Amino acid sequence: MPEQPGRSAIEVRGVRKVFGSGESQVAALDTVSVSIRENEFFTLLGPSGCGKTTLLRLIAGFDFPSAGEILLHGQDIAPLPPFKRPVNTVFQNYALFPHMTVAENIGFGLEMLGKPKAEVKARVADMLKLVKMEALSNRRTSQISGGQQQRVALARALAPQPKVLLLDEPLSALDFKLRKEMQIELKRLQHQTGITFIFVTHDQEEALTMSDRIAVMSSGKILQVGTPWDIYDKPAERFVADFIGETNFLTAAISGMANGKARATLKSGATIDATVAEGFQPKDNATVVVRPEHAKLTSGKGDLSGTVENIVYFGTDTHIHVRLDSSETFTVRQQNTRSAGCGFERGDKVGISIGNDAAQVLRD
Amino acid sequence: MASRFDIRRQTGFTTIAMICFFALYLPIVTLVVYAFNSGNSIAIWEGVSLRWFYQAWNNNQVVDAAIRSLQIALVAATIATIVATMAALATTRTKPYPGLGFKYAFINQPLMVPEIVTAVALLIFFSRIKIWTGYSGLGYLMAAHTAFCIPFAYLPIRARLESMDLSLETAAADLYATPWKAFRRVTFPLLWPGILAGLMLAFVISLDDVVITEFVKSGGQDTLPTYMLGQFRRFITPEINAISTVFLLISILIVTVFFFISRKKDQE
Repeated sequence: MPEQPGRSAIEVRGVRKVFGSGESQVAALDTVSVSIRENEFFTLLGPSGCGKTTLLRLIAGFDFPSAGEILLHGQDIAPLPPFKRPVNTVFQNYALFPHMTVAENIGFGLEMLGKPKAEVKARVADMLKLVKMEALSNRRTSQISGGQQQRVALARALAPQPKVLLLDEPLSALDFKLRKEMQIELKRLQHQTGITFIFVTHDQEEALTMSDRIAVMSSGKILQVGTPWDIYDKPAERFVADFIGETNFLTAAISGMANGKARATLKSGATIDATVAEGFQPKDNATVVVRPEHAKLTSGKGDLSGTVENIVYFGTDTHIHVRLDSSETFTVRQQNTRSAGCGFERGDKVGISIGNDAAQVLRD
Repeated sequence: MASRFDIRRQTGFTTIAMICFFALYLPIVTLVVYAFNSGNSIAIWEGVSLRWFYQAWNNNQVVDAAIRSLQIALVAATIATIVATMAALATTRTKPYPGLGFKYAFINQPLMVPEIVTAVALLIFFSRIKIWTGYSGLGYLMAAHTAFCIPFAYLPIRARLESMDLSLETAAADLYATPWKAFRRVTFPLLWPGILAGLMLAFVISLDDVVITEFVKSGGQDTLPTYMLGQFRRFITPEINAISTVFLLISILIVTVFFFISRKKDQE
């Protein structure tokens, strides 16, 4: 079959996973459906216990769904044991075999597939080169650093050329600098190999910087699927808006729709235009979100008015916390310059102007 | 300076420790020393000689008993270790279920039931079988030793399995290893030091057994320990010390070999 771009690599259809039985039954996944495209860097993002790892384990075959189908290139793989699925996993703790060398670890999958020795050797050499570990191929896995173990785990999972690579929070054990390096490295590997990556993380920044698309999960459900830009700028629900980045929540009265945007009247009396979550018809009262960097602080009158409560300096920018006259709180993020301070002081009466394309109406 | 409680600083600690060590090792040291006595007494020192070692070596009863001991220990320890490995896999590679605790107790039964009770039970049970089958070979001793060796082999193997990272087996399955291949290539090599420890322990326990052996053995089936026990009923010579000393050396050798093997494994 010719591989068409945009075709789905993994199609999850109405999958439920229930743990326990009777009274103590818990639905780790509550009827989840999602389609993951060929060659995509797809991220499952959510807090711990949201079901993201469960979904990954179902795709890998370490667990079996209570209901629903998992299609790999159109074929239902849900009943297959893990060793019959052309899907490999990078484990959170790497799970490298301690009694084998780096090269033996990388060759393990190919060897199990019954590939000829010469082919295994050549492929292992390619993989070592791909992850830049040629010099350490005969080391035991206990004799290399955490970052190197990470690379070996990646090479081991990529060596059998899986249709889909699953990554279960693989960067969480690394320190900050190494994590940043590996993020770039992972993107490069995904690009170079053309394999579909499904990446599980609770780190929203990691998800935003690496993914082609993100699925935000909470309590066993997928709340929103979209590009990082979609997820960040057009959150559909309060949970998504709150979990990703910082945001300001405002209650507003909706007075109607114009040009696909809602007219939202804020408590301050100002009326602004706001985009609306896809397929949602806002009713009279709704929540509007504005990202702190999309609002501007003025000493004059704005859409909102209040008093500066706190100023926090972050190096690249400054966060100014404002207590609105409506008693809600609002944070404005302001880019720093070298020549001057932020221009405001605690206790100042300020106005806040919200940009033309800054507000989004949530579904809830 | 933060002065945390340190038992080594307590008054009298050294004294107590020394007394314990003397109580443990002084009798053994005495035994070994008198193995080299040239006289006939195990209490009166007359001079250094290897005569009792020569005498034991040329005593057919001793040599036969030693060979019998080794045969029984080898067979019993091997079978017990295989059974214990399977039992350990079955009790650790499963989700906990009601009755699992009972199974642990069942496997470890020989550690809890007084040995004399097992010995009497086996004596009665085996005497029936002896009458029915007419067989009276070493098989009974081997079977009995296998049975009480199982928990000793089981404990280190189970401990090793429980400390093993389960995600390694998951990773093997993820990399296309069938359950059997995953066991052979991943679980077994990692379990090997535990199996070896179980084997050594079972071997030493079997070699050392008196009570069950004494009850189960037929005529002319003395093992080294029961032979030595028999000697005590007669006139005791330093020959007993010589045999014990060799016995001690073999045990130390086994433990040392195992120590180096397991240390090498852990370094890998």
